[in-house]
Formats: sequence, structure tokens, C-alpha cells
Amino acid sequence: MENTKNTKRILVVGELADGNVVGIIGELLGVGRRLADALGGELSTVFLGSSIIETAKQAFAQGADSVYAVDDTVLEDYQPELYASVIEKVCKDLAPSVLLLGATPIGRDLAPRLSWRLKSGLASDCVELSIDPETSALIATRPVYGGKALAEVDCGTTLPAMATVRPKSQAALPPDPARTGDVVLLNVYADPAVAKTRVVSKTTAEVKGIRLEDARIVVGGGRGMGSAENWKVLEALAEDLGGAVGATRGACDEGYCDTVFQLGISSKRVAPELYLAVGISGASQHMTGVSFSKHIACINRDASAPIFSEAEFGVVGNWEDVLPAFHRKVKELLSG
Amino acid sequence: MKFLVFVKQIPDPEIPPARFRIDPQTNTVVPPVGSSPVVSLLDELAVEAALRLKDEHGGEVTVVTLCNNPAMNVIKKPLAMGADELVLLQGQAFEGGDAFSTAQALAAAAAKIGDYDLIVCGTQAGDWDNGQVGPCIAEALDIPCITSVGHMEIVDGKIRGERTIGDTTETVEAPLPALVTAGNNVGKARYPKLRDIMAAGRKQPQVWNAQDLGIDHSRVGAAGALTKVRRLYVEESVGECEMIEGETPAEAGEKLALKLREMRII
Repeated sequence: MENTKNTKRILVVGELADGNVVGIIGELLGVGRRLADALGGELSTVFLGSSIIETAKQAFAQGADSVYAVDDTVLEDYQPELYASVIEKVCKDLAPSVLLLGATPIGRDLAPRLSWRLKSGLASDCVELSIDPETSALIATRPVYGGKALAEVDCGTTLPAMATVRPKSQAALPPDPARTGDVVLLNVYADPAVAKTRVVSKTTAEVKGIRLEDARIVVGGGRGMGSAENWKVLEALAEDLGGAVGATRGACDEGYCDTVFQLGISSKRVAPELYLAVGISGASQHMTGVSFSKHIACINRDASAPIFSEAEFGVVGNWEDVLPAFHRKVKELLSG
Repeated sequence: MKFLVFVKQIPDPEIPPARFRIDPQTNTVVPPVGSSPVVSLLDELAVEAALRLKDEHGGEVTVVTLCNNPAMNVIKKPLAMGADELVLLQGQAFEGGDAFSTAQALAAAAAKIGDYDLIVCGTQAGDWDNGQVGPCIAEALDIPCITSVGHMEIVDGKIRGERTIGDTTETVEAPLPALVTAGNNVGKARYPKLRDIMAAGRKQPQVWNAQDLGIDHSRVGAAGALTKVRRLYVEESVGECEMIEGETPAEAGEKLALKLREMRII
């Protein structure tokens, strides 16, 4: 029997979209490389899907030593119980010491189920990972209390130790086209009968311009915007800044903005170069989604709003008075 | 229809950063004087979601909370909102748990209550933000689980929940009994009326300990935890907010643009 205590393998659960390895996987391979080197082990990744072998090869250049795939038409779309059952079996085969997933909608849905099945300690949405040199335990640092504190978590002794990693918190390695290899097909039976849920319909929101998650500049609006009509002011500004618009829960509850663009706890998280908060008080559940922005600027009429203690630059005033002048100046500066 | 909702009492997440303190001995938050705990936001939305389903389909909503230092007016808020029963899991054995061992206790409570059609939890708690307990309970009970759901409805004895993945919103269906975790796009939670707050105040929770759940002490609390918090700390503050001022609000707006340009941010 394989000694699961000593494989020292780091296994990254891959994600694919539109025929490419998604960005977070490159970041997971970046941090995974460091962990593998610290443990003296192998960095592997596994992809689930249908006709994915060619795409999966991209992971070699991103730092993987070995790339595995479970290729089956029933795995075309993510289904929680089905994916969990396949990865559970893959973990029995490959016996990783550490299992990493992206803190993406899929990763955050899948990881707790796997942690239950594998009886593995799981740290969610981590921003830093290391290996304890004494115990070889996975040590994860994660923001808690809406980003007001950080917790350093020991993921325990059951292998694999698990973590989901916050997108954009880790640097991907520079792609190395000289690194190649063959994708190993794993003979794991994906049994569609284990699925307990099914998707009955899907609608994709129309994204004008840059995707929120990819935007260098995010303009955020709150309930203080007052109407869906006023919301267009933010969209016009974001367009001129080459950015995207995000919303608070309050703004979405009022119907100013589609909930798809909601930022905060259990919705989207962004880490742009600039987050410009307009009419946003800075509630903890919202700041969770934006606290890792490089710079935060805010415009708010209430000088005592919590947003001012999180922002680097602040203007006290009604957005109706401040924003048009700001926007004009931005246009002038960007055209000159 | 029998609905179970799991809620958590947490320190007020809106404690200003300047007053946010941690006890490094216990790795816990020391709430400032006068600050009251709250029901975690998404758990409150879970209560709201269950009450809406009850409004439409009838039935009973039982709220379960695991808490060793409950503020009664806080944990009774779901009752004031319209829930029918409150179960409080309390006892030394539950102390120091993580997501995994908490899920063990809550799953045992669900099994003890029995005959549930739908369990609703918040997707993640506003303090630890793990988002693990809901799916783990579903795994323990071997029932379907749909996470991070906004709108939900029961159609032909099945639960349908809308969830957002990236820019796509999908409607996911599962047979009952099932577990759903409420996301932050459920919509507004109802405000309890004064009369209902008074009535909730008179209602007593059922209190169960680990023995009542028939669960071994080794599976709950610190003993059943798989992870351990080594350190909880506050990062050094990055400094004060630079207030951009002007003769008029418009001038301040222009100066903000200039500042961001000067810093090469835009």
C-alpha cells in the first residue's frame, strides 16, 4: 500500500474556460511550485472535462511537473457531486500531501465537499501559503472579519491538507515554453448517477467592455446613487477610465444594477489597481470583496463613514457635486 | 413543509478598524464596550429566504444556532422575524470548533430534529468567512446542496435556486430534502415588528448539549476540529486616509483626479 504520508505531492485542481486554463490556475501553480520545492515533492495538476488533453498541456509551461486529466463527456460541465467523487478517487490514486483549489465559485463550492469526504483540514480563500519546516504542515494565511484581521491556520495532519486560494493573491510563474510533457489520462469512472442537482437554465449577463474581475480600475457604487438612471454616470466614468462598474448589496437590492456585478461576501471579489467607491459607506460585507485593491479612493457625503478608514484618498461631498468635475478632469488628463 | 435554518451569532462586523482588538492569548476578537453581537448577515438572509418559502407554501421554520455565549435578544431575532422554534446548541464540548466539527454538530442536530424538507444556511459567516459549514452538513446528511443562492423557489416538490458563476446566472434544481446556502443577493430581510420582538422575548429556546445530540465529544468542538488557528492578528495600518479638499466639492473632485494621475494610478 502506498504510504500517503510521504508522497509530498502538491496537487492543483485545474479549471478550464473557453478552451484555456483559467488565470487562477497559473497562480496556484506559482505558489504550488514554492510549496513543492519546500517539501521536496512533485507539483501536479489534474483537469476534469471533455476533450481537454490539448488544453491541459498548457499547465507544463506554467510550472507543473506532471499533468493529469479525467476526460469524459459527462464532465463537460461542473456538477458538484460528480466532480467531488472524481477528485476524491484521484486523491486516492495520487495521494497528494497538499490539495489546492482556486477560491473561485467552483472551487469554493467544491472544496468543502472534498474536505468532508477526505476528512481534510481546509482553509478558505487564502492569500499566503507555506510549509511549516518542523512539521511539514500546510500553513495558510487568510483574511477574516471583512479583512480587518488575518488568521494563520494550521491545516492539520490529515493528508491532503487543503486550501482554496484567493485569485490574484499569488504570482504566476513566467511561462516557460521549454517545459512540456504528456498529459496522463487517469482511468477514473465518472458516474453521472451520483449527481444530486441539475442545472435547468443558464443566462449570461451582457458584459459591456472589460470584465469586472479583469479590470485595472473598478468604480463601485452604492445605494447612495439613488436610481438606475444615475447608475449610468458610473458606467460612463468606468468606460472612460478603461475600467468596470461594481455594486454594493444595497445598490443591487434597490435594482440599480444587476446582482451579477455585486461585490462582497459570497459574490464577486476584485483586486484592481484602483477601487473608486462612490456613495459607499464601507460595510464589512462589501469591503470583503474589495479590500485587496491596491489603492482605494472614495467619495462620500458622510465624513464619518467607515469607508474613509479603509481608503487612501477621500473626498467628502455629494457625488452629484464631486463626480462630474472628477469625470471631466479624468477625460482631460487622459486625452492630454 | 419543514424548514431548518442554521444561524451564527458573530461580533458586529462593523466594529471600526480603530476599535478592533484581538486577544492574542485566545486568538479571539475582543468586542469594544457597548458593541452588541449580531446575527451574521447571510444567516439572516437565510432566515428571510426560509420565511418567504414558508409564506408561500406554509409550514414551520426551526432555527438552530451553536453558541456558548448567546445574547438572547440577538439569537431570538429570527423568531421575531417569524421563525417558529429556536434550538440552541450549547456546552463545553462545542468550544473551539472549526468548520468541520461545527458541521458535525449541526448535522447531528438536523438528524435529531428529523423530517426536514429544506435546510437553509448562510453561504459563509461574516466573521470567519470560510463558507464550509453548509456543504459539509449536506455531505454529512447525504442530501443535495446548492450554494450561494439568491432567489429560490419550490416547484413540484423540488427546490430551485439561482446562483451566479462569473457573469452567468444558473438555475439549479434538486429534489427535497436538500440544503441551500443563501448568498448576499437574496434581497432585503424583513424588519421584525415590535409586537413580534416582544413575543420572541417570551419564547424560550430548546437547549441541547452534545449528549442530547447523541454525538461523541471527540467529534465536536476543538477535539473534532481538523484545523487550528495558530495566530489571529491585525496588520499594521497602511496609514490615514488623505482627505482631498477644495473650495467647492467640484474642485475637490478635480483634485482627486489630479492626485490619482500624479500617483500614476490612472
